[in-house]
Amino acid sequence: MPDLLIELFSEEIPARMQAKAAEDLRRLVTDAMVEAGLAYAAAAAFATPRRLTLAVQDFPKATKATKEERKGPRADAPDKALEGFLRSTGLTRDQLEVRADKKGDVLFAVIEKPGREASEVIAEALESAIRNFPWPKSMRWGAGTLRWVRPLHSILCIIHDEAGASVVPLEVEGIRAGDRTQGHRFMAPGAFAVSSFEDYQAKLAAAKVVLDPAERAEKIWHDATQMAFAQGLEVVEDKGLLAEVAGLVEWPVVLMGPIGERFLDLPPEVLQTSMKEHQKFFSVRNPATGRIEKFVTVANRETADDGATILAGNGRVLAARLSDALFFWENDLRKVKAAKEGMGGMEAMAAPLAAVTFHNKLGSQAERIARIARLAREIARDVGADPAQAGQAASVAKADLASEMVYEFPELQGVMGTYYARAAGLPEPVAAACGAHYAPLGPSDAVPTEPVAVAVALADKIDMLTGFWAIDEKPTGSKDPFALRRAALGVIRIVLENGLRLALTRPIAEGAKANHVDAADHAGPMELLVPDLLGFLADRLKVHLRAEGVRHDVIEACFRLGGQDDLVLLVARVRALQAFVDSEDGANLLAGYRRAVNILEAEEKKDGIEYSLDPDPQFAEAEAEKALFAALDAADPAIGKALNAEDFSAAMSALAALRAPIDAFFEDVVVNADNAIIRRNRLCLLNRIRTVMLRVAAFGALEG
Amino acid sequence: MSEAPGKPRSFQEIILRLQTYWASRGCAVLQPYDMEVGAGTFHPATTLRSLGARPWAAAYVQPSRRPTDGRYGDNPNRLQHYYQFQVLIKPSPPDLQALYLGSLEAIGIDMSLHDIRFVEDDWESPTLGAWGLGWEVWCDGMEVSQFTYFQQVGGHDCRPVSGELTYGLERLAMYVLGIDHVMDMPFNDPQAPIALKYGDIFRQTEREYSRFNFDVADTGVLLRHFEEAEAECAAILAHPATDPKTGREIVMAHPAYDQCIKASHIFNLLDARGVISPTERQAYIGRVRTLARMCADAFTTTEAAGAEAAPAA
Repeated sequence: MPDLLIELFSEEIPARMQAKAAEDLRRLVTDAMVEAGLAYAAAAAFATPRRLTLAVQDFPKATKATKEERKGPRADAPDKALEGFLRSTGLTRDQLEVRADKKGDVLFAVIEKPGREASEVIAEALESAIRNFPWPKSMRWGAGTLRWVRPLHSILCIIHDEAGASVVPLEVEGIRAGDRTQGHRFMAPGAFAVSSFEDYQAKLAAAKVVLDPAERAEKIWHDATQMAFAQGLEVVEDKGLLAEVAGLVEWPVVLMGPIGERFLDLPPEVLQTSMKEHQKFFSVRNPATGRIEKFVTVANRETADDGATILAGNGRVLAARLSDALFFWENDLRKVKAAKEGMGGMEAMAAPLAAVTFHNKLGSQAERIARIARLAREIARDVGADPAQAGQAASVAKADLASEMVYEFPELQGVMGTYYARAAGLPEPVAAACGAHYAPLGPSDAVPTEPVAVAVALADKIDMLTGFWAIDEKPTGSKDPFALRRAALGVIRIVLENGLRLALTRPIAEGAKANHVDAADHAGPMELLVPDLLGFLADRLKVHLRAEGVRHDVIEACFRLGGQDDLVLLVARVRALQAFVDSEDGANLLAGYRRAVNILEAEEKKDGIEYSLDPDPQFAEAEAEKALFAALDAADPAIGKALNAEDFSAAMSALAALRAPIDAFFEDVVVNADNAIIRRNRLCLLNRIRTVMLRVAAFGALEG
Repeated sequence: MSEAPGKPRSFQEIILRLQTYWASRGCAVLQPYDMEVGAGTFHPATTLRSLGARPWAAAYVQPSRRPTDGRYGDNPNRLQHYYQFQVLIKPSPPDLQALYLGSLEAIGIDMSLHDIRFVEDDWESPTLGAWGLGWEVWCDGMEVSQFTYFQQVGGHDCRPVSGELTYGLERLAMYVLGIDHVMDMPFNDPQAPIALKYGDIFRQTEREYSRFNFDVADTGVLLRHFEEAEAECAAILAHPATDPKTGREIVMAHPAYDQCIKASHIFNLLDARGVISPTERQAYIGRVRTLARMCADAFTTTEAAGAEAAPAA
């Protein structure tokens, strides 16, 4: 059976797009092959900066012929019916067969599809893949209309087996497929023909191109770590950078060079960020001192001088970059050290933030920082932090936004704050909070755990949320320009992962009040803001817990009880409820609950009254009815006791005891008795079931 | 490479070699535009000529001004006035990358010793309503050029697409000549009887303009000039296409575009004076973009853009 080799050769494909593009090519072509009836044994896709390559193994030479028969209208049917049939089959009248049927002559369409050559199917599949390729961003070039990520230069497309290789006939916008490709742009620029995937890979290797990105990454990492190890050093691991660098070269050559002595005292984060962002260098650390002392760069070629010129050039560029960084670092330090009294130094650094707009309706950064500081002091008590320190930390945590270093490297915000706060002589919890208060930045980022940092982190996020709620800039659909969902998730995770017992209504109301005053233009009354924002937090909590397999309706059933602003408590209740509804008792009790509520609501509607009085046991006639009274009398205080103790499992167990009496009640007792008093008493009894159960959760919110 | 053996010795030799190289590759070598601009892209030979169907090939040096980058001549590579070398070819030829690499060889970069890389860098100019895809070109880790395939300019799709190359001349020359501080770079032949360094020519002006840009330029005057340029641009384009005096169809896209350039530069000055808040900033950029769009609209109706000449009246 034949194999297929495709290569799309273009100008340099952005590194970040290569992996997905290779996968897309594989998917688009092989899906179309399978769809057409060409099943294959294996397929592999690769990318280099200049090529996307796909190799598919073992598929039939042609698709099978098919024959399909379709019954149409009667031979004497009106033209309308005939036209429709012809349209749907793509045949003409004289191609139809007339066959005798019980009711007369009927038209039949016999559609025969001959088998198609694999090359024809593949040509079609590849052209469609090229024309509809899902690049994140594509472009036109020259005078053409074809879109590709960068100009596409050639298409290699061959089918090959033991007998030899043949080019798949295909032309896209003047680019005719062939069997030729090119080697490394500088080291082996000639074109050559290939006859199979093995031949292609071997010739590419000889022409200084490593086809497989994983192989390039592995070589880079291997050579870099070996080189560092030989000097008693270690390379700082960075998988993202490794993948990116492997996408920038076809023939990786690893070079290691020194960082100038005068830069070695810069914070390691600064060295790492500057080298990574500007130069795509790896950092090389001295494990004994923890200092970053060397860099690793990856060139795309070998040279006669073994990379000496390249390394020297890179070193010069790095020195220029680090000179800038050093200049910023020294200027910033000078500023914060100038006045060491209290927090004068950091305040001096933060001063320009008064002139920086946070949002045109929410005032300046300085105003926002003042709000966060007030809120952090409030929250401090609840999270075990010293209110004065929390307030101080919040006041200086964003000062580094006005530093020269963070202006140059925004990703160092917080990290620099910690360095500068230490240099200004602030207490360690305050300095640490500068760096930690932005966390968590992503779902896998760790949350702050030190009380001062926790207070500032919560205050920061709650101010953000209440501010944008106050001006009605809430996230909608896919639009969340201020990352408010992330802020909400941050609040949730900080509270839950630290087990913080904190009624969120209070800080949210405080934040809302502060923002309402500061907001230049607010949308609605503040009273609605707090419950609305709590609802938003509940929604984010649903998303967060869904990942752990918790049903969203279970969360809703707990949240709907109202006043659920203590997330730790809410989640404990949710987990107990989830376990309960998953149990047999829970499922049955839920059925009983629904039956009770359905009857009750139907009768209340019919009678136009609410049966909300206490039922009286003296009107209980049946044994099952009396037993239900007894069970409710027993369960009610048990539930109350469990809830007071915040023991939701016990509350669920108390509910479980109701299952049998409720089942028996519906088995033996007719609710709508002839006697009006007894009927009313039984409806009130159903209401009592509802009331008792509602103490634990809003069971009505549960689905399924 | 017959035209450029060995290493260049001065800043001007690099410029001359680039001009010679691109002239030999068929480009019209133009002179700088006679107005203050922030980058070579603003020259109408790029902005306007990238529009419409007519083929175009031009190369030129463009003095460029970025008032906020002034450092009083102290910084080793930041200047408020610097030079860009700009190439624009429409439609972009299929071998543009090879042509570009040839230009690096022409200025003395030995391809067998250096590591040249094309690193993704998408270009966008919010003031010109323009964007394109391409790369920054790295030589041994240093960015030496921008390489862009224009997709849209002034809100118009580019058909055909122009290929644009922008060389930051000081930085490139410093690298080729092995100079660490721009002011130390030989401007003319260092063996000349009167050898001049970059600093001999520009240290004084960098100081003067840094002071002027940051602290002295009269913001009231600038604000007024911005408004005037904006109004003038619209007024020029509001004239009917038919010239009442000659009876010819004359759309005044270029004079209007001059006002757009002026507004853009005044905005840059106001920015350097620190009188534009972040929110206002967006609004100003939007106003310049509106002008650029109007000029682009107008240019596409002209013969120079390849529009059908209107039948004689």
